Amino acid sequence: MIEIRWHGRGGQGAKTAALLLAEVAFKIGKNAQGFPEYGPERMGAPITAYDRISDTPIRVHSNIYDPDYVVVVDESLIDSIDVTAGLKEDGAIIVNSPRDKAEVEAQIRAKGYNGRVYTIDARHISIHTLGRYFPNSPMLAAVVKVSGFIDENVFLENMEASYKHKFAKKPEVIAGNMEALRMALRELK
Amino acid sequence: MEENKRRVQLSGNEAVATALRQINPDVFPAFPITPSTEIPQYFSNYVANGLVDTEFIPVESEHSSMSAAIGASAAGARSLTATSSCGLALMWEELHVAASNRLPLALALVCRALSGPININCDHSDSMGARDCGWIQIYAEDNQEAYDNMVQAFRISEHADVRLPIMICQDGFITSHAVMDMELLPDKAVKDFVGEYEPERYLLNENGTMALGPYAITDYYMEARRAQAQGILNAKKVILDVARDFEKISGRKYGLFEEYRMEDAEFAMVLIGSAAGTAKDAVDKMRESGKKVGLIKIRVFRPFPAEELAAALSKVRGIAIMDRSESFSGNGGPIGGELTQALYHARCKAFTVNYMYGLGGRDLQVIHVEEIFEELMALAATDDPKNSVSYRYVGLRDVADPDHKQISYLCKPENSEQA
Amino acid sequence: MDKKTTEAQKLHVKCAWQDLTEGLTITDAANSVEFETGLWTTVKPTFHPEKCKQCLLCAPACPDSCIPVKDCKRGEFDLAHCKGCGICVASCPFGAITMEVDA
Repeated sequence: MIEIRWHGRGGQGAKTAALLLAEVAFKIGKNAQGFPEYGPERMGAPITAYDRISDTPIRVHSNIYDPDYVVVVDESLIDSIDVTAGLKEDGAIIVNSPRDKAEVEAQIRAKGYNGRVYTIDARHISIHTLGRYFPNSPMLAAVVKVSGFIDENVFLENMEASYKHKFAKKPEVIAGNMEALRMALRELK
Repeated sequence: MEENKRRVQLSGNEAVATALRQINPDVFPAFPITPSTEIPQYFSNYVANGLVDTEFIPVESEHSSMSAAIGASAAGARSLTATSSCGLALMWEELHVAASNRLPLALALVCRALSGPININCDHSDSMGARDCGWIQIYAEDNQEAYDNMVQAFRISEHADVRLPIMICQDGFITSHAVMDMELLPDKAVKDFVGEYEPERYLLNENGTMALGPYAITDYYMEARRAQAQGILNAKKVILDVARDFEKISGRKYGLFEEYRMEDAEFAMVLIGSAAGTAKDAVDKMRESGKKVGLIKIRVFRPFPAEELAAALSKVRGIAIMDRSESFSGNGGPIGGELTQALYHARCKAFTVNYMYGLGGRDLQVIHVEEIFEELMALAATDDPKNSVSYRYVGLRDVADPDHKQISYLCKPENSEQA
Repeated sequence: MDKKTTEAQKLHVKCAWQDLTEGLTITDAANSVEFETGLWTTVKPTFHPEKCKQCLLCAPACPDSCIPVKDCKRGEFDLAHCKGCGICVASCPFGAITMEVDA
């Protein structure tokens, strides 16, 4: 079982991204669970979301305390929340940041985490491909690449089908989202 | 072309809304409240898109949504509503009206803590607060069960031997907002299973008249209550009959409760809802290390399967009875009270400990369940009644134990328990 | 009067719980005639035919339908259902109805 924890702020789409990831896993025949944990109900409040992906049925309903992967959608949370809590040393953390990877890595090391650190500039990718800041697609691609539970091409095919269904009434955004995924797969550091 | 069962990934709320779309009820009055809001929200989309021909009525409060559902049922329509927490509390008066008038209708309840402090997360204080309103209550462990229970609801509620309203409960956020893979039945299979609603007595019957909601003086009231109790007593058999029919179309088996690895269990945990899934993982883990533990997940809380539970627990040495709502009785929670009564009547000598857990969404993890079992075994080994009386809080922060060495604390008038 | 037993007639203070209707609903129309409820009052209306012009303003005013009308003329009160409210007295322009203390 792969367990993933997402950190973001209300309104940024971390919950949606977690649910999308569960959907992707489900579509390739995995058992999957995606769920949010709500704190205060307001825009900008820190929220946590979770994914479990497994080859066997998932029954556990608790939150995730020892994740294999952590995704930080909003890097300002690194200082206020213990984002690496319980994160497995052979796992990885992915941070959405335009900063140099070395700088982010140093910040994570300072928190005592010695596993792999990745960065992705989801804002740049999103603005470049969609014209607006929607970090979901780039972050999703990043976590798929890092966790490797699904082949990248299979992932892209599934996402295209998903977007075609989801954006049936706005087909013009499908190409942009697909490009965001491809760009994120390339630009993950 | 024959439709097939479909594997899908849905949240618990969308699963229930989908069951309702397939049932296509006549009337759905609704007022939004977290975490049940998505159910009428999804459903109003189905209405707008013409997938159902339900009369969807946005009302101004939960008192009104339940009143409208009652009015619709009395008129002869298949009706329901959805709510959570304070919304259910506001319906309290109407819950009794629905049951005492023997009106079949359904309530999709997404369990959430009651105020205060104000809290939007899961516990069972709303549903357990309404446990004595005369409604049937069925609980779900996961999204699949929430869907399956909703599909079975009207067959039970409308049955001539029952004719009582039914609450289909699931855990707020834990299942309502979690997407999980599950199986949907074909629309036609659900439609055929649920069938057309053909009430015998109803207000809009052009061929007959009817007076509903009587005043009954002392001379009649007790007889009326006893007659109402018959509906609940009959419900057990009907619930099992409907479950048997449901198994034929779904392949999924349901009873009044589920026994998990109880065959040779010496210690058991009894609980309701989503925590049962977590506890099953803990049971498997402990079984691997040779510990004879099992669990019982109560599915039907009203009617309470007292004799059946006592029989299923007749051979165990110790039982952890898990409550997710405070009764403030000073004597434990509702499941604790009702189950120990059942065990007493059956002359069951098992050592019981009533645990309070998961209030206001407090997480129950696999490790907690293991620790509770370990504690239960240790307490049972003492065979000292003082270790069985009253009830214990799980995972509480307590001044006597800053390092959380203990999994639970006895609730007693003294401030705290020595760690 | 039809001799068939109506649901309303089945409900009486000696019936067992099994004999109650479900939810105490009553499905027979116009069953009030089966229950004498005129004993509750301490006053009763008295009809003075000599003052009556047969205008019939009183008959529809009675909430308990206690003023029988036949061939366009009202008759004596049906006191079996009169609650003594006095609305008929107020409705009569000719003083043909008075309230008397029930002896």
